[in-house]
Amino acid sequence: MLATFVGLEVIRKVSPLLHTPLMSLTNAISAISVVGAILVTSASGATTLSKVLGFIAITAAVTNIVSGFLITDRMLKMFKKRVPASGEKR
Amino acid sequence: MAHLVNYIYILSAALFVLSLKWMNGPATARRGVFAGEIGMLLAVAGTLLSHEILNWQWILAAFLIGSAVGVPIAYIMPMTAVPQRTAMSHACGALAAALVGTAEFYQHQPDAATELHGFTMVALVVETLLGFLTFTGSLMAMGKLQEILPSRPITYPKQNLINLCLLTVAAGLGVRLILVPTDTWIFPIFSGLALIFGVLLIIPIGGADMPTVIALLNSYAGLSACAMGFALDNKLLVIAGALDGSSGLILSIIMCKAMNRSFTNVLFGAFGQLQVSKHAVDQRPVRSASPEEAASILEAASTVIVVPGYGLAVAQAQHKIRELYDALMRRGIDVKFAIHPVAGRMPGHMNVLLAEADIPYDRLYEMDNINSEFPQCDVALVIGANDVTNPAARTDPTSPIYGMPILDVDKAHTVMVIKRSMSPGFAGIDNELYYMPKTLMLFGDAKVFVSEILKELPARVAA
Repeated sequence: MLATFVGLEVIRKVSPLLHTPLMSLTNAISAISVVGAILVTSASGATTLSKVLGFIAITAAVTNIVSGFLITDRMLKMFKKRVPASGEKR
Repeated sequence: MAHLVNYIYILSAALFVLSLKWMNGPATARRGVFAGEIGMLLAVAGTLLSHEILNWQWILAAFLIGSAVGVPIAYIMPMTAVPQRTAMSHACGALAAALVGTAEFYQHQPDAATELHGFTMVALVVETLLGFLTFTGSLMAMGKLQEILPSRPITYPKQNLINLCLLTVAAGLGVRLILVPTDTWIFPIFSGLALIFGVLLIIPIGGADMPTVIALLNSYAGLSACAMGFALDNKLLVIAGALDGSSGLILSIIMCKAMNRSFTNVLFGAFGQLQVSKHAVDQRPVRSASPEEAASILEAASTVIVVPGYGLAVAQAQHKIRELYDALMRRGIDVKFAIHPVAGRMPGHMNVLLAEADIPYDRLYEMDNINSEFPQCDVALVIGANDVTNPAARTDPTSPIYGMPILDVDKAHTVMVIKRSMSPGFAGIDNELYYMPKTLMLFGDAKVFVSEILKELPARVAA
């Protein structure tokens, strides 16, 4: 609950300019479910079924983490690049 | 050791919050991403260190495959395809949550009655329901964005009734599972219903409504991760999931406000309803202009506000727009961009596209900041935007979009609209703007038309 309030407060300040990078960042963060997936896969009583499901889950979550963070950074690089250049133009 | 993990988790949660906080300005945003990466690294490392990891070969293999898939996606994906990638990523995240829920459920059989009870089971059911419906829903959204599926709404009679029944049955089964967790036969049916519901929820939604839907799916994916945290009693998951869920929620609220939809309307997936109230389209004369005329009007102007919309994204005209921007700026003409909150195919998408084309972000103005400037503006150049410029939203209480915040394009001295045809936009209504005496219609593909204007511009300088 506390996190939700903090979240609300923080997100409201993000300018619409950055909504897309914001979304891909939260996307990467939501891939925190990888922790849950690891716990399930590695639990002592893990059955084959839960290992297989956990395996797929980790793969999906790691894909998200890697591509989420990298693409967010790629987008932000484009925003950043223009700061000095736009100064010249004026 | 267990204490250490708790500290690591708290640290990593704090980093996530900071990372979102730094996202509020372009200057600090990259630091935000870095903080997020560190947070994630800590979380994963902490988890791996603290618990006795039995099946490490499985985990390692999954990490390798995930990275092998993720890296190319991040670098190859063109910026116009970002919405699809985001939808896909929602699908992956939600799938992970749903599968973890499923695994957790079966792992505790047949002692589920004692091991999974009350609160844990509620969280598990919520996690799986949201996870599976977000998974198929996001796949549908991705299909529509990638244009594998038709992007127009697919509707059938009694759609809402059927959806509601389906959801009720799924929720009923969920409650039954909570009460009697040993009923394993229910689980597949429950999951199946959630999967079908995800499909049905998204197919009636039109392409222009995608920004709202993606934000909403983002929120669902986060909430299912949050529910997973409750099910596994892991605070980090709860916090990170809640952050993601609330971020998606806020974005969808912003999108709703920008389209003047009520929030309940969106939550129940009742999109595309506006299309019923289609006005009788009467044949009224419009003025159209050639690229040469458009070029000379632009040249004579001293201030130009460009209003990019969905059509620009479809035509992928952002680089041509940039050339036009440069050409006009070189002539000392002041060019600004007015970005409506729902422009593009996901929240903030238009900003990314224009930034990709090297248009400085301080030239991009939000709706509230630019509306007061339209009356002083010589030319408003509307590119592929429709409903967000329709003055009926301000003046005509009977219009379905009445009350929707719009860009006051009609107040500019001259309006030029690049559009492929006179067909109405998403809301299915005529745009008064097009019939105004000061409006010139430039019919054609946004990219082609802007290139033609560009061809005219240097010629005039030489002459």
